[in-house]
Amino acid sequence: MSTAGMNESAENALKPLASVDGEAAFDEPWQAEALAIADSLVQNGMFSATSWSAALGEALRNAEADGASDDQQTYYQCVVTALEGLIAQHSEIDRPAMSAKREDWEQAYLATPHGQPVKLASSDDNGS
Amino acid sequence: MSSKFDAEKVAEIHQHLHSHLPSESALRVKALETLLVDKGLVNPQTIDAWVEAYTDQIGPKRGARVVARAWLDAEYKKRLLEDAPAAIDELGYLGKATAHLKVVENTDQVHNLVVCTLCSCYPFSILGVAPAWYKAAAYRSRAVRDPRGVLAEFGVAIDDDIEVRVWDSTAELRYLVLPQRPPGAGGMSEDALTELVSRNSMIGTDRNLIKR
Repeated sequence: MSTAGMNESAENALKPLASVDGEAAFDEPWQAEALAIADSLVQNGMFSATSWSAALGEALRNAEADGASDDQQTYYQCVVTALEGLIAQHSEIDRPAMSAKREDWEQAYLATPHGQPVKLASSDDNGS
Repeated sequence: MSSKFDAEKVAEIHQHLHSHLPSESALRVKALETLLVDKGLVNPQTIDAWVEAYTDQIGPKRGARVVARAWLDAEYKKRLLEDAPAAIDELGYLGKATAHLKVVENTDQVHNLVVCTLCSCYPFSILGVAPAWYKAAAYRSRAVRDPRGVLAEFGVAIDDDIEVRVWDSTAELRYLVLPQRPPGAGGMSEDALTELVSRNSMIGTDRNLIKR
């Protein structure tokens, strides 16, 4: 039994692409959300499909140059990086606003008892 | 001793709290979505509908339907090869992502393989979200450099006298491979033929479909 397992993993090591053939397109919901936001912004015209492709390509090249693992986790992290860059470039939403809102979400998760829906306290009444 | 215990206990509670925290990337996506929705730049219902559709519903079935129709209807195939967006629109599948789509046909002499060397451009409105390997750096670089090696990895042996054409997708032009109809599949219905079309055959990492 264990021999068969070893053979299989040895075979997969030689077939890095084919071995992940059956994997789901998304490991976690945020990955689908990130692509959905990107597609939505292309459809709305905030940036073009070409700009998106260029930004994602650049993020992927940088990740590869940094020695990031060649997997979906890295890919979707690059999606988020590209998305943040294009939004900062093409809208009034700047990086400090992104960091602040990210921090708000972290605090909301930490402050919400397990099992309760997590809500941002400042989502609507923050008129600054 | 007791202070060490307390420190461990605190660490454990801290760990426990953080185990409920989404990942760094998930928090960043949450932040972007909240900011975009607050500014009216994205519609939360659109995002939810997209996620639901691409997680559960839209797989490669639409592409398979296009292929099966082309196998059965020579006139449709002709239109598909000449103007893929219009032919796909006939089946009611036109999405923005298929607006610039070219269909390339496999023959006894030619095998087509699709890649996006830059990022991951893919006709997702008819094939669903790209598979993990399509997005991998290994595929994006090797598909061009060593297409026969990549095909061998997927179990596709290509005779030396068959030409392998590699198509590099961009945001402006994406590709769909029209695989060959499996031998012995004459007389089958469109629905039955659709079942024979694998996703990978429409990207090019599968070639010889079989009648089941």
